[in-house]
This record gives sequence, C-alpha cells and structure tokens, in this order.
Amino acid sequence: MATIIGGLAASHVPAIGGAMAKGLQQDPYWAPFFDGFNAPCRWLEAAKPDAAVVIYNDHGLNFFLDKMPTFAVGAAPEYRNDDEGWGIPVSAPFPGDAKLSWHIIETLVGDEFDPVTCQEMLVDHAFSLPMQLFFRDRAHSIPTVPVVVNTVQHPLPSLRRCFKLGQAIGRAIESYPEDMKVVVIGTGGLSHQLEGERAGFINTAFDRRCMDAMTGDIDGILGIDPHELVELAGSQGVEVMNWVAMRGALLGDVHELHRNYHLPISNTASGIMLLENRPKLARAA
Amino acid sequence: MSQALAREPAPRAKREIFGTPIFGPESAQKGYALNKMCFSFNSAAARAEFIRDEAAYCARYGLTAAQTEAILKRDLLKLLDQGGNAYYLAKFAGILGLNMQDIGALQTGMSVEQFKAKLLAARDS
Repeated sequence: MATIIGGLAASHVPAIGGAMAKGLQQDPYWAPFFDGFNAPCRWLEAAKPDAAVVIYNDHGLNFFLDKMPTFAVGAAPEYRNDDEGWGIPVSAPFPGDAKLSWHIIETLVGDEFDPVTCQEMLVDHAFSLPMQLFFRDRAHSIPTVPVVVNTVQHPLPSLRRCFKLGQAIGRAIESYPEDMKVVVIGTGGLSHQLEGERAGFINTAFDRRCMDAMTGDIDGILGIDPHELVELAGSQGVEVMNWVAMRGALLGDVHELHRNYHLPISNTASGIMLLENRPKLARAA
Repeated sequence: MSQALAREPAPRAKREIFGTPIFGPESAQKGYALNKMCFSFNSAAARAEFIRDEAAYCARYGLTAAQTEAILKRDLLKLLDQGGNAYYLAKFAGILGLNMQDIGALQTGMSVEQFKAKLLAARDS
C-alpha cells in the first residue's frame, strides 16, 4: 500500500519565479526566503518520495470564469506550464501519475466529493514554483497529481470542506495498492491582498495561528467562514485553504520538522512548512 | 424526515471589509467581458494586439464604456469596481510593466517607497 510520508507547504507568488530566473536566491531581499527551503530539500532527498500530490489554485492559466470548478484533479501523463502574462519564464513540463490520479478520483467520488477531472491541464506558477523549490533538480522527474481548489471566485469552499477534501485524498492514497511513498504539498498564502485600498494587508498573528494549527488546534481554524477568512488573511491570503487541504491528507501523527516565516516577498507573508506524517501508534488495549 | 430537510437559516448579511472587494456572483457577471479580455493576455500575440489599439481591443471583447475608460486610464480601483478580478487584472498590470508594489501604491494613494515601507512594517505587527 502507498504511504503518505509527509506534507509540505509554501507560498507561490510569481515574483519568486522572476527571482529564480535572475539568480537572486542569495540576494539580501530573497535569501531569507530561499534559505527556508534547505531543510525540506534535505529531508526530501533522504526520504525519496515516489510521487507528489500538489494542492494549489489556478490563477487564470488553465481555468477561466466560463467554467470554474470548485475542485479539479489532473489525470494526465504530463502537465505543461505556459505563458501566464506576467513575464516569468515558462517552465519545463512535469510528469503525471495518471494511474494514481484516477485512483484518487474514483475514491473521491465514492466519498461524495465530485471533482472535475482533467486529462489535459496547464499548471501555473502555483504548481511549478513550489515543485522547483522543494525538489530542485528532481522537480521535473517526480510524478505528480495536481489538485486545484477555487480561490478565485466566491462562493469559495469553506476551510472545513477543504480539510475534508484533504482527508478523502489521504484515504485515497492510503488505499492505493502500490508500494510507494507520497508527499502532499499545499501551496499559496500566507496573508496577502493585492487589490483595493487595503492592498498590502498582512496579518502576522493570523499566519502564525495557521502555522501552529498544522500540528495543534486545526479545528480552531476550520470554523472560519470564507468571508471572515478574507478579513483575517486578505483576499489572496485565502489560499491557506490549500494548506488546510494538505493537512487534512495527513491521517497519521503529524510532527512539525521545519518552518520558515518571512515577509515580505512581493506583497506577501511567506510561510514554508515541513510536516512528517507518522503511522498512528496502536492504542494500548 | 421533514426535520432533516429543514432549511438552513438564511445566511447573515456579510459585513463590508474596508477596501476589499469580494469577487462573487455580482462582480463575476459585471466583469465577465473585462476579465475575459485580461485572460486573453496570457498570449503574447494578444498582448501585442492590445498595445497596437487598446480601445479597439476592448471593443472586440465587448467592454462597457466605463470599463474601457478605466482600462485606458489605468484606473485600477475603477476596474475593480467594474467587476475586474485581481488575478486577471494582474495580467493587465504585466502589460503595463507594473509589479505588485507599483499596483499596491496606485491603489492606496501611496508612493511605491511608502507602500514598500508599509509591507516591511508588518514584520513588527
């Protein structure tokens, strides 16, 4: 059976791609962000996962408002990136694990989730940047399953719904009859807002609460409704929904191995986390 | 049975959040053409065509007079008011060569340096 060995989370602002293209990883502005990936990268090199399920939101590369799924799952052998209109380089394609995708889709639908299934799907910077940041040289060789959550158009799914989606993804992976190790990645956030007179809004206290909740009081944040989440995290800070879905997929005992919190990168407070998912210890009879 | 099917109480009216447009059903409809035009800016050919004749490009996508005027004047707050979505408008900002700090400054009435200072100050909050 497949096992989920851990969960990872990282911000995904396009400016990271610009910084990478210009080789600014050790620039004083960017180093505190990029250095935050050293520990998770070392862990991934040692743990050697066989596949990555990446939960993110599309920013108008693959999906437009004509057909906007609340949840979508990729089911393709390969995922391409493309021109997103804001000048960051187009990345090389990413391999997909279509067999694992279809197993997840079948399990989700059986579990009363009804995602859109995509045999062709462009993946944007919210997928490509975290893959490159976490996997470096292996970013384009590890098989992936992209999962897209709507953070663009209200009504948004609630945090509790995203958590339950994650739990269903976790059950799907753990019932997959291949002997393989899987990591689940949630991308986006943390607090930021691009538009309106409140542009530039950042809420460090809420960000820390969300990071603490990954191994602590997760239930304490699941009751926050989407409107309240906009108020607390900013219009685009709602992307923490993807973190919550990732956390839902970790069904074992979850331990924080690493965190990095730094701001600002572009207009965003950046959070990076590595969570280990250990098998639940059998309770004493 | 009847209890199980009892209706949920009507959602409470959502309080307004200062300076924060919510992109929901109203904006999604009002801004559809505008956002569709911005979505087209994923293509380099479309960006070039827009630059050649902005008003004609807006007309082709069926933008209203108010939306077209806001595009021509680079009036971001007006574009939001006209149903523009931040993720799509960012592609328009890309054409203008503006980064997110430029955009932030324009919307908040600050200089870019002031806006950057505001972001830095959040570290101490």
